[in-house]
Amino acid sequence: MSVTYEVVIGVEVHAQLRTQSKLFCPCGTTFGRTANSQTCPVCLGLPGSLPVINEQAVEMAVRAGLAMNGTIGARNRFARKNYFYPDLPKGYQISQYEAPICEHGWIEIAAGGTRKRVRIRRAHLEEDAGKNLHEAGSGMSLVDLNRAGTPLLEIVTEPDLSSSEEVVAYLKALRELLMYLDVCDGNMEEGSFRCEPNLSLRPAGQKAFGTKVELKNINSFKFVKDAVDYEIKRQTKVLNEGGKISQETRLWNHERGETAVMRSKEEAHDYRYFPDPDLVPLEIAADWIEQLREGLPELASAKQQRFVAEYGIPEYDAGILTSSKALSVYFEACVKLYPHPKTVSNWVMGELLRELNQAGIQANASPVMPERLVELLSLVDQGAVSLKVARDIFPEMYASGKSPAQIVQDKGLTQVSDEGALVSIIDAVLKNNPAQVAQFKEGKQQVLGFLVGQVMKASGGKANPGKVNELLKKTLG
Amino acid sequence: MALTVIHKMTLAELQRKFTAGDVTATEIVRAYFLRVGHVEPKVNAYLTQCKEAAAAQAERLDQSLKGWRKTTPLMAMPLAVKDNICTEGVRTTCASRMLEHFVPPYDATVVAKLRAQQYLLVGKTNLDEFAMGSSTENSAFGPSRNPWSIQTVPGGSSGGSAAAVAADECVAALGSDTGGSIRQPAAFCGVVGLKPTYGRVSRYGLVAFASSLDQIGPITKDVTDAAILLGAIAGHDPRDSTSANVPVPDYLRALKRKDLKRLKVGVPAEYFADGLDPEVEQAVRAAIEGLRELGADIRDIKLPTTDAAVATYYVIATAEASSNLARYDGVKYGRRTDDSKDLLDMYLRTRAEGFGPEVKRRIMLGTYVLSAGYYDAYYGKAQAVRTLIRREFEAAFETVDLIVTPVTPTTAFKFGEKAQDPLQMYLSDIYTISANLAGLPAISLPCGFSKAGMPIGLQLIGRPFEEDTLLRGAHAYEQATTWRSKKPLVR
Repeated sequence: MSVTYEVVIGVEVHAQLRTQSKLFCPCGTTFGRTANSQTCPVCLGLPGSLPVINEQAVEMAVRAGLAMNGTIGARNRFARKNYFYPDLPKGYQISQYEAPICEHGWIEIAAGGTRKRVRIRRAHLEEDAGKNLHEAGSGMSLVDLNRAGTPLLEIVTEPDLSSSEEVVAYLKALRELLMYLDVCDGNMEEGSFRCEPNLSLRPAGQKAFGTKVELKNINSFKFVKDAVDYEIKRQTKVLNEGGKISQETRLWNHERGETAVMRSKEEAHDYRYFPDPDLVPLEIAADWIEQLREGLPELASAKQQRFVAEYGIPEYDAGILTSSKALSVYFEACVKLYPHPKTVSNWVMGELLRELNQAGIQANASPVMPERLVELLSLVDQGAVSLKVARDIFPEMYASGKSPAQIVQDKGLTQVSDEGALVSIIDAVLKNNPAQVAQFKEGKQQVLGFLVGQVMKASGGKANPGKVNELLKKTLG
Repeated sequence: MALTVIHKMTLAELQRKFTAGDVTATEIVRAYFLRVGHVEPKVNAYLTQCKEAAAAQAERLDQSLKGWRKTTPLMAMPLAVKDNICTEGVRTTCASRMLEHFVPPYDATVVAKLRAQQYLLVGKTNLDEFAMGSSTENSAFGPSRNPWSIQTVPGGSSGGSAAAVAADECVAALGSDTGGSIRQPAAFCGVVGLKPTYGRVSRYGLVAFASSLDQIGPITKDVTDAAILLGAIAGHDPRDSTSANVPVPDYLRALKRKDLKRLKVGVPAEYFADGLDPEVEQAVRAAIEGLRELGADIRDIKLPTTDAAVATYYVIATAEASSNLARYDGVKYGRRTDDSKDLLDMYLRTRAEGFGPEVKRRIMLGTYVLSAGYYDAYYGKAQAVRTLIRREFEAAFETVDLIVTPVTPTTAFKFGEKAQDPLQMYLSDIYTISANLAGLPAISLPCGFSKAGMPIGLQLIGRPFEEDTLLRGAHAYEQATTWRSKKPLVR
């Protein structure tokens, strides 16, 4: 008989802050530049160089901490985390240990039909390492220090999560939060938003935690879900077979769909943390914190509620529209020009989001600007194009960037509402379908739909279906 | 002007002659390198000499100055810089095999300030490897020798700078002081050495030994020169977070008063206890009488935690050093072992080959005191004691303006005398370490000679950022005595 286990998960996220320059020097942080082109004596760890804290990074960290409902530490200390690795130029990473910039926060998530608060234990500032590049065949390893010194906010939860769905919901909520604040670009592939879940099982009802395993190398939400699900299964199996979980770090291999040991507890470092004597304690003034709190933008959950109240759209719609800041801004820009929120919502969630998701881009990068979408909706209202035609030409607007009027004109798609033109099409259709006409006259009302369809087809989709309906009924008497 | 006169002048004198047009920059370079050529084989003060660059720079200066002589205070002044301070384009070795061929691509802030004044860099001076030591015997490239007796050490770690100034191989020099590394060699070589308040001078470009203790400061022929050089390098630096944003006064103004009236000077009994050489004690006590005659109000004070200073220092300094020296891993610059089978092997061999025994000893000590399970007992405790020491000084400075002590327990010792016993060597810093732990400014100046003819130093310690008071006290004493007129024969 197998025991029922409770899953206990905590998550560590490393979010790269969108500062102009690195955490302790003026070098830029642009992704993908020539190796070692964004470096200086400080981030190269040259003898004698010294770090100076980047105020913008502190500001971003404080704003993130406030948005996570956390307490901002008035007196911050930076600490050195000592270990040797070629991508770590000073032989230590400047991080925060005893006095992090934020503690005791929480984020609300919705998963499995319920809402839940995930407590944030702490969030602290630290610098990123560089990158080791291993040249295939040459036996050489190269080091690129462009990323070394890039500011990261490490965000650590309490062990409040209990399923892969919750982990993904938390990560999505956190990522959106950071993107709403404009402090992180959320790019998981480029490593701007890295997550490391840690996971343990315990027999249901037991208080003490089981042995925890850390998961690394996860760079998409899908992998998060797969890795956590795999690990739950693996640990359940080990425990059910009477085995023991060993405290270790495991890497997710998405090709094999499994995790494998990276290092065990015995190999864990003694990082010899101590306060960095090169950096004085960082005092964060209470009035500055308040100023930043007042300047926080409207966050997703508040915006969702407002959309329901202000625009009268369903909560489901509001949830999707506020799932990204860019999408919510897009929606509101459309509604401002075209005050039919539900129609706009349908188009944004349907046609637009389909294209954006396919291209993997955010709404602010959409080639169809709100003005263009609204123009299309107005053409439908004016009866200039049918809804069907409008749906058909949207992908072309998206692909070509042309205005809807232009596409309609180029393709001769203007809706035909002129009675004379329609009557002659109708006459031809009735002549070609005597059987159906007879059926209708015998009282088979549903045949009308077929005949409308035939007229639409004959008009190349341009006929105004309302008008066709009306004229057909009149002709058939 | 006769070249043999030039190298005997103080910085202030040479400035006057140069500004007046009595001597050219080229003559200065020629005079000094002539002197260096004569005495350097005996003294070995320099690890790198910059003769060509200095000559070219001097020629440019003389050309550009034709006809008018508006100059910056340090223009054409031949200075030496300790070889743990980065100089763009000039190798900076820290007297270590690890950095034997390291040429920094940037200037330390202090060097940039001197360069902006168009100084002349005579060369980079010898030191104990990474400034760890009290005799220069830990230099990977051989020790410097004391110009007063070449069988004795010049002190350390800034032994090369102190010896170069004492032997007239430069007009003044920069040193660095972590536990006495400016003051102790200055005392041993009979020159003036000033460790500024922590934060007074930028550390940017000073290769770190112990970041919370290191300060750059002047080593000069007299107190006036120390005031001039300190004024040139002091001030806030946005590139050093620990540098203080406190205005820099005109230090030369502080020297105008020749007496010490209304100045309260404390004498801590703890600095005159066991281990103090009677000859040194006698000279220091006589100097204290001299201060009294100048009008100072001499008072007995207590600094009871003094006996814990050396132990505290060797925990904190080594802890910071173990982390500061982690960057020398063979990956980016400096030495890398010729052959290694994997990454770990490269680290181990590079560091085994690149560091000398004292550096390794301190890295091991520092690593140990920061280790899990030992941190609280050592590093945590040491920080608590450091706070106590700082508070004791704060309390003392509520009743006195300056504190006077010996600089060293003995005069300069002979080569090999302490090299085999690290603890004995560490104790030679017993009177200088507290000023670093408390972040206070302190100056060492000559106050006599032993029967063997070796210089004895007097230390004055001041309140934070009151280098002006320190200089005033030192200057008044110096002007009332004649110790500075005696010069080593270098033989």
